[in-house]
Amino acid sequence: MASDDYPDDLRYTKEHEWARVDGTRATIGITRFAVDALGDITQVDLPKEGEAVVKDAVFGTVESVKAVSDLFAPCTGKVVKVNDPLGDSPEYVNEDCYDEGWMVIVELSKPEELDGLMTAAQYEEYLKEQE
Amino acid sequence: MSDHPNRPAKPIATRQLLHPSPPIFEQGSPGRTGASLPPLDVPAIDPKAHFGALARSEPPGLPEVSEVEVTRHFTRLSRWNYAIDIGLYPLGSCTMKYNPKVNERVARMPGFAGLHPAQPVSTLQGALAVMWKLERLLCEISGFARATLQPAAGAHGELAGLMMIRAYHQDRGRHPTKVLIPDSAHGTNPASCTLNGFQIVPIKTGADGLLDIDSLRAAADGDTAAVMMTNPSTLGLFEERLADAAEIIHRAGGLVYMDGANLNALLGKVRPGASGVDVMHINLHKTFTTPHGGGGPGSGPVGVTAALEPFLPTPTVEKDPGVDGAYRLLFNRPKSVGRLRSFFGNFGMHVRAYTYIREMGGPGLTQATEMAVLNANYLRSRLKDAYPLAYERPSMHEVVFTDKRLKRETGVQTLDVAKRLMDYGYHPPTIYFPLPAVTGGAGALMIEPTETETPETLDAFADAMLSIADEARTEPETVKTAPHQTAIRRLDETRAARHPRLRWTRQ
Repeated sequence: MASDDYPDDLRYTKEHEWARVDGTRATIGITRFAVDALGDITQVDLPKEGEAVVKDAVFGTVESVKAVSDLFAPCTGKVVKVNDPLGDSPEYVNEDCYDEGWMVIVELSKPEELDGLMTAAQYEEYLKEQE
Repeated sequence: MSDHPNRPAKPIATRQLLHPSPPIFEQGSPGRTGASLPPLDVPAIDPKAHFGALARSEPPGLPEVSEVEVTRHFTRLSRWNYAIDIGLYPLGSCTMKYNPKVNERVARMPGFAGLHPAQPVSTLQGALAVMWKLERLLCEISGFARATLQPAAGAHGELAGLMMIRAYHQDRGRHPTKVLIPDSAHGTNPASCTLNGFQIVPIKTGADGLLDIDSLRAAADGDTAAVMMTNPSTLGLFEERLADAAEIIHRAGGLVYMDGANLNALLGKVRPGASGVDVMHINLHKTFTTPHGGGGPGSGPVGVTAALEPFLPTPTVEKDPGVDGAYRLLFNRPKSVGRLRSFFGNFGMHVRAYTYIREMGGPGLTQATEMAVLNANYLRSRLKDAYPLAYERPSMHEVVFTDKRLKRETGVQTLDVAKRLMDYGYHPPTIYFPLPAVTGGAGALMIEPTETETPETLDAFADAMLSIADEARTEPETVKTAPHQTAIRRLDETRAARHPRLRWTRQ
């Protein structure tokens, strides 16, 4: 597993979401591992702007040709932006899960929560343990 | 490896002369009909005068074909199909067991098939007798006080059961909002809860594949309406802690709903109603051999304990001699959740299930369960080296394999194996389900052979699975591009899901 599969500037959850912190906001998506496990993604259901998300609670679903999976929020806060193009082009998540395939941007209400998430190195170690 | 020698299986190359058949709207010719009607002998009406703007301005675009064209069209299509009467149908979770022909014979008896449900009750006595007796048999098998036969399928049974649970709580002045659902439960369970306005609290499966009792204990409180457990779970494992779970939920004031879709593994062994379960639906089309999967409508009776009897849907069938005969329909049930289905449910399925239960008898049903479990474990033993198990626990009526080893060593995945099985003449198993087995990226193959398959069939299927594992090493491209023997080759499932074309339009 090449380490550039898991960029160093992100934090990771055990449920295979990532968060990129920028000031008081965090961009959220799913990891390369999740994308590989899911296969071709056919639909992404996300919350609307203004809705609240709670750490570890379900904030959306992602459907692939294999299964429908829940998305778990890595942090608590309010959704300030949604990657609307995923509605018509869910393949962006397959093609570029860390950039064009981002899902929502959250205004953090408990920024300290992010400290509890894994670093890239910790996440890769976690993936090895899961094998 | 089992001590059974691996007989290399070969893809079956017995493709029939299969005719393509374009959509029926593209067949025929303008003005052609399959029937000749006599000349109009009543006054013609002007639709516009009767229906105004709703009247059609032009005739509907119905197919214009002859009788022989219709017959050939549907017969040709049917020959492309696969059915339990053609071969093994190991679709895990679905219990695709053989449907005995005696069921059909009895259901077609004119006294049953010719009934109209709106006939006077005095002339429906035979039908009501079958419904009453079937209810008694289902209650005896499952350990409940009463049952409703109305629900038209399993998920409809879940809806009925949850409505009764809600009514039960409301009758006690309580309004709990949560239902706890282990992630090894059937996927319809959360949907049924949402329809009833309950919040879902998922309970994670433990490392052993069973319900994590500590998580359940932590989640159960005074706001808990019920737990919904599937037993055996969708992992094909027996939930050994059912009684403990029931005690925890009951102490919190909640009820225990058991999804009885997998009752085929418990007949004559476990009576859920006597093991702490308050409500359970039973799939006649799985456990009791009524047809499904396009062969007929489902039927999902729901059994309840005495405490929930007042809330059963109306009408119930009662046996108490009166003016209409020995049986009557009881509509006056003040606490009932009301009617859930037109007339009395899918009555033809009640006749088939009753016939099956009477044919088998108690010892026969117990043996069916034992054979179903034996068959699943036989396949498990023959295949577990090539396809590692999702969980190393004894299987019940179905067994979940993974593609861990195959994917790592050959790059061939679950979907490829499923497609290649078609070339060997089998319906593929359920894949990428259940979710706990898929978590972590492995592909799951969920296989349920049922009790009706012979040792020869089981061996032939196992040989095919092992041959595919061999092919994955020697000629992986063959497997990755399968199926090759079918009338239609591998479809682009991604494109079909992302850009579905749901309507036919005239070119």
